[in-house]
Amino acid sequence: MEKFTKLTGVAAPLDMINIDTDMIIPKQFLKTIKREGLGKHLFHDARFNEDGSENEDFVLNKPAYRGAEIIVAGDNFGCGSSREHAPWALKDFGIKCVISTSFADIFYNNSFKNGMLLIKVSKEDLEKLMDDAERGANATLTVDLENQVIQGPDGGTLHFDIDPFRKYCLLNGLDDIGLTEQKADKIGDFEAKREAAQPWIPGAAKAV
Amino acid sequence: MAQPKTLFEKIWDGHLVEVQEDGTCLIYIDRHLIHEVTTPQAFEGLRMAGRKVHRPDLTLGVADHNVPTTDRSKGIDDPESLLQIETLSRNCADFGVPLFDMNDLRQGIVHVIGPEQGFTLPGTTIVCGDSHTATHGAFGSLAFGIGTSEVEHVLATQTLLQSPLKNMRITVEGDLPFGCTAKDLVLAIIGQIGTAGGTGHVIEYAGKAIRDLSMEGRMTVSNMTIEGGARAGLIAPDETTFEYLKGRPMSPKGANWEAAVAYWKTLPSDEGATYQKEVTMDAAHIEPQVTWGTSPEDVVPISAVVPSPEDFDNPDKQEAVKASLAYMGLTSGTPMEEVKIDYMFVGSCTNGRIEDIRAVAEVARGRKVADHVTALVVPGSGLVKEQAEEEGLDKVLLDAGFEWREPGCSMCLGMNEDKVPSGMRCASTSNRNFKGRQGAGSRTHLVSPAMAAAAAVTGHLADVRKI
Repeated sequence: MEKFTKLTGVAAPLDMINIDTDMIIPKQFLKTIKREGLGKHLFHDARFNEDGSENEDFVLNKPAYRGAEIIVAGDNFGCGSSREHAPWALKDFGIKCVISTSFADIFYNNSFKNGMLLIKVSKEDLEKLMDDAERGANATLTVDLENQVIQGPDGGTLHFDIDPFRKYCLLNGLDDIGLTEQKADKIGDFEAKREAAQPWIPGAAKAV
Repeated sequence: MAQPKTLFEKIWDGHLVEVQEDGTCLIYIDRHLIHEVTTPQAFEGLRMAGRKVHRPDLTLGVADHNVPTTDRSKGIDDPESLLQIETLSRNCADFGVPLFDMNDLRQGIVHVIGPEQGFTLPGTTIVCGDSHTATHGAFGSLAFGIGTSEVEHVLATQTLLQSPLKNMRITVEGDLPFGCTAKDLVLAIIGQIGTAGGTGHVIEYAGKAIRDLSMEGRMTVSNMTIEGGARAGLIAPDETTFEYLKGRPMSPKGANWEAAVAYWKTLPSDEGATYQKEVTMDAAHIEPQVTWGTSPEDVVPISAVVPSPEDFDNPDKQEAVKASLAYMGLTSGTPMEEVKIDYMFVGSCTNGRIEDIRAVAEVARGRKVADHVTALVVPGSGLVKEQAEEEGLDKVLLDAGFEWREPGCSMCLGMNEDKVPSGMRCASTSNRNFKGRQGAGSRTHLVSPAMAAAAAVTGHLADVRKI
């Protein structure tokens, strides 16, 4: 996984609440068997008109925001389905960081597994960042994960909280599975004890 | 005396393989359900790293999202759907994972077949790359949806890294009134707590109205937990649960059954256990529910009118309401009962079980689907379909002008051919009314199966209590 340390980039404002995973990537694009290539379909229904042309009013189609790497969005971002295609599409488009007052739990987990940083801020801080983002290409934010600080275009800074393990994995670009495999003995011991106590657990799917 | 624990805490503590210094937990997974949409990239990851599936005996595969609901002997027209389904079959064969393929009688929606086979059991941890995995919480299991990276992690290690979750209890006392079902109950709950009401929490549903539900009804409630923002929604196992599970193909047998039931009886929350959030409701005040907007929290009783933005205090919500009403083509103040529909869909992991089909048939008997309405009934599994046909429900439905289809996810999310055309309006028993969910431009009204049937036969959203 790629490391996430410090990012300076254009922040695009998406001032809506409850942006769901169907909006981020509609179902017709879930038929892929690959992780890559979903960026062109990101926010499909909002980004494109019915004839396939670009909707000029959508923020990511505006010249100032086409290269955005950060999204500042309203409450409950990523609600809905478990589709990891949502963070894959954001990442493939070039978004590396999303800032909101809250995120849906599954989307939140999925994003970190793909090296993206999701930052929860207070309502007041979000309003400030949304104003910053409205300033377009001049609105670069700097997100410093090590120091847990967001720096605005006017030089002002604000602190954010993050779970230490997620921070550690992002800073070091660590693959969870490799880490867990180092604990194979512990997992083996757990399985042996559990299956002795609850012998109905193993083998269930073999009844197929 | 030991600290009193909630049902969730008992299961969580019993599955801790390791707690890291920072509090992140490695938990063991007893049951992993997989389907074609969220697994191809996970298997690809395993192949690239030279990893195996650690416990194929705890993993069960089924194709559901993409399968056609029409004659399957003709195969699948859409090459992308076909590739995804073939990829699942190949992955299951290569990695030794048991699979119900598209032509297996037991095939169906992943959250219908797990319980049906007895793969879903109380006290277990269950995951699937699908947010409606919450369904299995109806059995008193800790069941939640995960993303594809987590699917890969479970396939490789049978464990997951998770942060601890908080406890929330929703207690519904009293009796559901005539014409109200589990679906109306859960829609009313979401209307009250909102779509982020349960974020960061595991919900436990309690109270007489919950205990009185059948397993099918409980699954409907747990299923829509994710629409209230919580990943898991548990219901304490009891005699109703044990009765449902006894004799299922993958349920414990003989002495194991006795031992399992004895253990399951220890699972309900202890008296004095603490919840960080509590909500109480009285079932007697619930009416048949219907959604009007593009979020499941946009719900009103059928007797109400389409709301207006001014009915809401939050300015963000007012903006969302304006956008929803424009998308839905609705005018504030219109009685919900006057809203004309074009499509009706009964099915999905929320309402695709035998009781749901029976409820539709009861309304359909001796009536006709309105001329301008296309009405699909899609059973949740091959076994639900078989049972419905044994009971003659297919005849009742076909005589009334409903279509009777093969099992799958179907029009809930329109990944197969079953879509609601742009601008058309559908009374649907599914779980999400998001923009474009049932097809680009589609307009969804979430309702119970009986309410869906009432809408189909009258041609507009209708109060089933009057029929």
